[in-house]
Amino acid sequence: MSVNIRINHAVKRYGDNTIITDLSLNIREGEFFTLLGPSGCGKTTLLRMIAGFNSIEGGDFYFNDTRINDMDPAKRNIGMVFQNYAIFPNMTVEKNVAYGLKNRKLPKEEIRETTDHFLKLMKIEEYRARMPERLSGGQQQRVALARALAITPNVLLMDEPLSNLDAKLRVEMRTVIKEIQNRIGITTVYVTHDQEEAMAVSDRIAVMNLGDIQQIGTPKVLYQRPANLFVATFIGRTNIIDANLKVEAGKALLVLPSGYTVEMANILEEYRYSQKVKVSIRPEELVVDINYRDGIKAVIDDAVFLGLNTHYFVHTENGDKIEIIQESKIDSIIEKGTEIYLHIKEEKINIFDENGQYNLVEGVVNDLDLYTGD
Amino acid sequence: MTAMTKKNKSLDIWKVVSLVVLVSYLLFLIWPLLKLFIQAFFKQGQFTLEQFANFFNQRYYVKSITNSLKVSSLATLLTLVIGIPLAYFYQMYEIRGKGLLQVIIILCSMSAPFIGAYSWIMLLGRSGVITNFIKELTGFVIPDIYGFNGILLVLALQLFPLVFLYVSGALKNIDNSLLEASENMGCTGVKRFLTLIIPLIMPTIIAATLMVFMRAFADFGTPLLIGEGYQTFPVVIYNAYFSETGADRNFGAAVSIIAIVITAVIFLIQRYVNSKFTFTMNAMNSIERKPLTGIKALFINFYCWFVVGLAFLPQVYVIYTSFLKTSGKLFVPGYSLESYRLAFRNLRRAIPNTFSIGLTALIIVIILAIIIAYLVVRRSNFVNRIIDTLSMIPYIIPGSVVGIALVMAFSKKPIVLTGTVAIMVIALVIRRIPYTIRSSVATLQQIPLSIEEAALSLGASKMKAFFGITVPMMANGILSGAIMSWVTIITELSTAIILYNLKTVTLTLAVYTYVSRGNYGIAAAYATILTLTTIISLLLYMFIAKTDEVSF
Ligand SMILES: Nc1ncnc2c1ncn2[C@@H]1O[C@H](COP(=O)(O)OP(=O)(O)OP(=O)(O)O)[C@@H](O)[C@H]1O
Ligand SMILES: [Mg+2]
Repeated sequence: MSVNIRINHAVKRYGDNTIITDLSLNIREGEFFTLLGPSGCGKTTLLRMIAGFNSIEGGDFYFNDTRINDMDPAKRNIGMVFQNYAIFPNMTVEKNVAYGLKNRKLPKEEIRETTDHFLKLMKIEEYRARMPERLSGGQQQRVALARALAITPNVLLMDEPLSNLDAKLRVEMRTVIKEIQNRIGITTVYVTHDQEEAMAVSDRIAVMNLGDIQQIGTPKVLYQRPANLFVATFIGRTNIIDANLKVEAGKALLVLPSGYTVEMANILEEYRYSQKVKVSIRPEELVVDINYRDGIKAVIDDAVFLGLNTHYFVHTENGDKIEIIQESKIDSIIEKGTEIYLHIKEEKINIFDENGQYNLVEGVVNDLDLYTGD
Repeated sequence: MTAMTKKNKSLDIWKVVSLVVLVSYLLFLIWPLLKLFIQAFFKQGQFTLEQFANFFNQRYYVKSITNSLKVSSLATLLTLVIGIPLAYFYQMYEIRGKGLLQVIIILCSMSAPFIGAYSWIMLLGRSGVITNFIKELTGFVIPDIYGFNGILLVLALQLFPLVFLYVSGALKNIDNSLLEASENMGCTGVKRFLTLIIPLIMPTIIAATLMVFMRAFADFGTPLLIGEGYQTFPVVIYNAYFSETGADRNFGAAVSIIAIVITAVIFLIQRYVNSKFTFTMNAMNSIERKPLTGIKALFINFYCWFVVGLAFLPQVYVIYTSFLKTSGKLFVPGYSLESYRLAFRNLRRAIPNTFSIGLTALIIVIILAIIIAYLVVRRSNFVNRIIDTLSMIPYIIPGSVVGIALVMAFSKKPIVLTGTVAIMVIALVIRRIPYTIRSSVATLQQIPLSIEEAALSLGASKMKAFFGITVPMMANGILSGAIMSWVTIITELSTAIILYNLKTVTLTLAVYTYVSRGNYGIAAAYATILTLTTIISLLLYMFIAKTDEVSF
């Protein structure tokens, strides 16, 4: 049985140091939910509060309607997968997987069946009699997952489960994890600081910074309509450019370097006034032009051909460095030192207030606003 | 709701455990030390420094400190001079019978020092076999072994194996590529040894130096037997305590305080130096031993076997003499098992006592060490940090002082323990526990907490997670540590000698008793049993730990 997890006004302190001041969150039943953020932002802390390994200094945690604040970790019925796998080294693979079932004092027959089922599911049946030290990292992580799932937990918690694996295995294992989660349909909270990994596995992502959630949304929303400058820079690559927004005769005009001006049709009503802004333009939202004398003037510093795409690194008149990704063309790569003009795809770019606190563009969905915890 | 009450209950169990441990420390360590303090500084309720003045005003006493410092420093220097080249040869070259060589070295490092002392008396003493042999052969009387020279000889031969163990461990961690690199740059042989290898293993050398110095300084049995007129500080402590004159309880206490201060200073120097000098090396490719040829082979093999043989000689000789025929206190030609018969008849309790007292102490040490390690590492709070600090105190209390303090605390009501098995066990536990705690803490710190958390999330209770998952993971470390503890427990002399009586006599004490009565045959029989116990323990250790490395 999967549950919905609600966190209302959580507070976490280590001594006098407050890591999380006031955090509310609603994780839907059966969804793959990821906590994403830079190192030290409090992801692990929050996850361990859900698991019951960290004390809770304030707020309420619910699994469905049960308040779990004071519930023993052993009673929460969670499956947990750790960064270092935490496989019991003194037990065989099979015993590891059966451990949680034995703690429940289930009948022997049932333990065997369930263990077999998950060994098969995770494709580690052939190693059942092995000691963990003789398994590869990927195999160990499969054991950890099988062990966590065998107890049919209500919630699956994973803290950077792939970070100890090499790049190739990481990609392989994240597919495995996603697939299993889909099949079992268990509410999953996943922690990572790798945004690409987060995008690949998650139904929804919460982007955290300094103990606060910045935005919650689907990977698509976060990438295309980030709620603030932090989310824009943390998810995917982007160029941040200082610019001015001018409102003249009801029209919102974005004035970019070199005086390049674009009309913006999608600025929210309440922000339609003249102001300094920060513009986030992703590398693929720029178009290179060598003919028209109109656009942001720039000089090519470097060009890197990567097959499908070609990356250009340029600098503008006022010294800003900008990265551009263009689909590779059959004719030759533009030479270093060439003077070019940049156009933008204005329907795709995002514009933030001068402090980067909010997005001026229509279409931002932040699930954070849907749930206040009251 | 049930979950909550369960949680509170399990919390309480560990709180109760913490308190029990704390109270035990207060009762069996702090209270005796406090008594010692009071005895040293107060006389009939009046604060006084009279005892200390007495000590420092008498040349004889002050001299004992300088004597101890002198003989310990020189002995330490000798152990380095002997031990470092030995370790170097052992790791760099194919020595003949190197497996056996190492086992013998470890064995030497584990034997009781005073057995060495009395064996050397039989060999080189006034009527020692070698002395007599040389006298008959050449008419030449070799210099006296008693006093400074004797202590120096015994300590150096007793302790260089420790230097060997430390240094060869460090050499093993030097990556072969470092040596090859220096070879490429044209630096080989003695020059490479001095300019590259010695600096690389300097931290270890310093650690070994201080360790050896501490042991030499605290050693009590050796100077007692072989020192004669040359008074060292540990002997003075012992005499101050046992001297006949009435007022001397206070004086004994004062001397004990001085001893604590001295060892504390050495200990602090040791910690400071260690913290300055640590860098870690980890060899991907260990040094490969090179085969030896020609004159070099002869020299190196000779050196190694000679010094090790010299260190092992006393033990072999003791075993040999245990099978000699005796008449009264004298050895007579021929062989017999008479010494063993007498040994079993006279202090019948010595053997069962050694095992019962030793094993009881050992079990308590292990259980306490695991519990304390858990409290300190996994449940750090105010009380447990106090326990952590308290657990370090015995490091700086010399053995005889532990004995004296316990007697002072537990010879009068409300708690009378003197003369019981209990007080012997308590003393051994106190002496050994800091080492076992340190190694348990180190082992536990290496086990990631997430392993326990995984068990909790799979529905195990905290107790079950710790004892079912973590303790088994610590088992190897605990077991090998336990065997080392066992060996040190059964060869312990300086505390036991203050606390024992006829009922609680152990093998070590039996050896001492008969040596001091000049009854060398029976002493040899006891010593042989002790040595055999040590050898069996060592073999057990190497079998269980699957290693030939030993740490104390
Ligand atoms: N036991 C602790 N005592 C004191 N401070 C802690 C403790 N654990 C974590 N912190 C602090 O809390 C903050 C958040 O830590 P947390 O481990 O949750 O970060 P994280 O987001 O998981 O980072 P990473 O991606 O590096 O794992 C950090 O500033 C950290 O220093
Ligand atoms: Mg973390």
